[in-house]
Amino acid sequence: MLRLFRRKTFSHGIHPPDHKAETAALPIRRLPFPEQLVVPLNQHIGRPAVPLVHKGQEVVRGEPIARADGFLSVPVHAPATGRVRDIRPMPTARDRLTPCILIDVYEAATQEVLWHYPWQPEEMDRQALVQAVQEMGLVGLGGAAFPSHVKLSVPEEKPAHTLVVNGCECEPYLSCDHRVMVEQPRDLLRGVRYALRATGAKRAIIGIEDNKPDAIALLQELAAKEPDIEVEAVETKYPQGSEKMLIRSLLGLEVPTGGIPLDIGVVVNNVGTLAMLGALLPKGEALTERVVTVTGPGVRRPGNYRVPLGTPIGFVLKEVGYEGEACDFVLGGPMMGPSVSDLRTPVTKGSSGLLVLDEPAVHQESRPVWPCIQCGRCVNACPMHLNPAMLGQLAAAGEYDRMAEKYHLADCFECGSCSWICPSNIPLVQQFRVAKQWLRDQAERKRREAQPATADPQPAGEPGKEARAA
Amino acid sequence: MSDKARIELRPTPHIHAPQDVVTIMRNVVLACLPLAGWAVWQYGLSALLLGITVVASCLLTERLFGRAETLRDGSAVITGLLLFLTLPPGFPLWMGAVAGITAIGLGKMLFGGLGMNVFNPALVGRAFVQAAFPVAITTWTPAFFEGRFTSFIPSTLALPFTIPPETAQWAGSVAVDAFTGATPLALAKFEQSLAPARDLFLGTTAGSAGESSALLVLACGLYLAVRKMLDWRIPVSVLAGAAVTATLFHLLDPARHPDAGFMLFSGGLMLGAWFMATDMVGSPVTPKGVVIYGLLIGAVTVVIRLFGGLTEGVMYAILLGNAATPLIDQFTQPRVFGERRS
Repeated sequence: MLRLFRRKTFSHGIHPPDHKAETAALPIRRLPFPEQLVVPLNQHIGRPAVPLVHKGQEVVRGEPIARADGFLSVPVHAPATGRVRDIRPMPTARDRLTPCILIDVYEAATQEVLWHYPWQPEEMDRQALVQAVQEMGLVGLGGAAFPSHVKLSVPEEKPAHTLVVNGCECEPYLSCDHRVMVEQPRDLLRGVRYALRATGAKRAIIGIEDNKPDAIALLQELAAKEPDIEVEAVETKYPQGSEKMLIRSLLGLEVPTGGIPLDIGVVVNNVGTLAMLGALLPKGEALTERVVTVTGPGVRRPGNYRVPLGTPIGFVLKEVGYEGEACDFVLGGPMMGPSVSDLRTPVTKGSSGLLVLDEPAVHQESRPVWPCIQCGRCVNACPMHLNPAMLGQLAAAGEYDRMAEKYHLADCFECGSCSWICPSNIPLVQQFRVAKQWLRDQAERKRREAQPATADPQPAGEPGKEARAA
Repeated sequence: MSDKARIELRPTPHIHAPQDVVTIMRNVVLACLPLAGWAVWQYGLSALLLGITVVASCLLTERLFGRAETLRDGSAVITGLLLFLTLPPGFPLWMGAVAGITAIGLGKMLFGGLGMNVFNPALVGRAFVQAAFPVAITTWTPAFFEGRFTSFIPSTLALPFTIPPETAQWAGSVAVDAFTGATPLALAKFEQSLAPARDLFLGTTAGSAGESSALLVLACGLYLAVRKMLDWRIPVSVLAGAAVTATLFHLLDPARHPDAGFMLFSGGLMLGAWFMATDMVGSPVTPKGVVIYGLLIGAVTVVIRLFGGLTEGVMYAILLGNAATPLIDQFTQPRVFGERRS
């Protein structure tokens, strides 16, 4: 009972039904290669990678096929052995059309990774570690796809004291992080040690939602021998896996508004990311595949699958025996994952799940939109303590400037709690997105008017997206 | 799977909480029904007919002003039921219809319908008839009179635009005990005699149709609170505000001012706190604002009851609270996560 009261958590948030039982107990299985892979050049936040291969070139599994373009960028590697068919724009979950490298996979292609980096992890210093993380193309696998090496590079003047390892997986349906924690705990702990070394942090805390007792128990047992790694249970509540919420739950600290965790000396990484780091670095391999939760009504063999990056979701669905009447295909979790418009859309580094939602699962058709009745549920759900009711009314009136100036629109990280709970079914998050885009466009226009001579504007990273819930 | 799969692009989040406006409204109606049932049990046919008249006039007005689909949200039924519960059981039916039309027409549709009203529509209707028909709205009849299921209270069937017949004599003839026609609040105010708390709690005293049984109001309100259909902080702070204010004045002059227990359980305070003040549209949305709003209503109610010309103050206190809501919201914006306290 006392434990219940001491449960580590943040205030506000929601409790959607989690739907994890369908997949959480199933071991990770491997998916075969499709005939053709569609490998986007911008699977990460930041500048797209630059292709290193040309049409018709042969590539082997693990070989770099595109290089990082600057610091806020990561390279892309061939997920399978085959021949480059083409480099052309294809639909992806991020955008309608983005440049992709199409690879015709050889029929006899093996799962063996044939291309290796000569890394010696035990001899690497901080800088070498960060560089290796960039070379392997690692990004946040929780869904944000923010380049991991950027998170791990801690400047001298802003040291980090704590590494928070995010094992919450608060999105409903998803269980890939859960499976990775249970099946690869040693990889995870090795990755945590690398990250501690790279960041110079004194200790690491692995925060896991208390709906995964097996993962908590297993990691606590293994981490008992590591003096600087702790494992903590946190309340199962959405969006516990948002980095700001998790830091609040574990450390009682608030990341200042508009700031990043490093401002208060914290670095946050997802368990899937660090387990991948722990598995790949000693072998000198790059990121070529990831674990994806595939589930939803009509999926005959739901579960967690190790999927080569670039696999079209149509192929994944065929492999899991999907024959439903779905209308909404989501890459990621149901709260923050984008809908895809095309079954050729590939699984990328940030795809934590492939959800197939049919009409009863989303039942939005039968949900008319009512006017706001001022019930205040959104206010009590918003983890950032914003006032979505007021923001929604201002958005409807087109008063975007006031939303930003007086009601902290910029602090909204689009977790969807307000939209989820709204009894009037008002698409609040969608309205906020429109408002944010309008404000970005305004700012861009003003910047252009101020310096008309500037050529080729640097695309800024999207800092808001870093906070995405895992 | 076929290549012709129907694909729709949907904004996040893709899932949604099961409760929507209709569920909430349906539950509030459900919670009001026992109160209305109790009123009918107490006052018989007259109350039943009055309830039907008021609800029907509300629905009809909503239909005339709005489009047909706004009827389905159920909010007009709630307004009708709540309005009925605040009226004297022998209220002439035509006046009840006027109250219903005013409640929806003036209180809700003129502001733009559901979600737009500044004031609780039921109370707007009630305030209108209070001003228009000051005698009829304060004419109380005894509960549980004989023949209540076979005959009407004489004033019930008054023809439109006529002055309803005097009921005092009739009331004297049907009442079990000597019936003075005064509510416990009026007795306390003008004769310094307090009704026993037990009678107030169980609801055997004179009063409006739905305000007499504090116990029943409490039970139905708690049902809504447990189902999270109302914000429990509102009734709690309304009652706390009333109790604290009443105690303060009681301590100053125990002979003149009744104690907190009497204040809480008499008149329409319970009904107002649980069913009227909690109207989502008219109450603040911020956590702090909700408490301030409740305390304000509770305190103002007691002040009107003790020092105003009226015996009852809940209605005006809530309307005042509704009016203050935008201001309260404005000044109680929550501190944003990560914002530095300045």
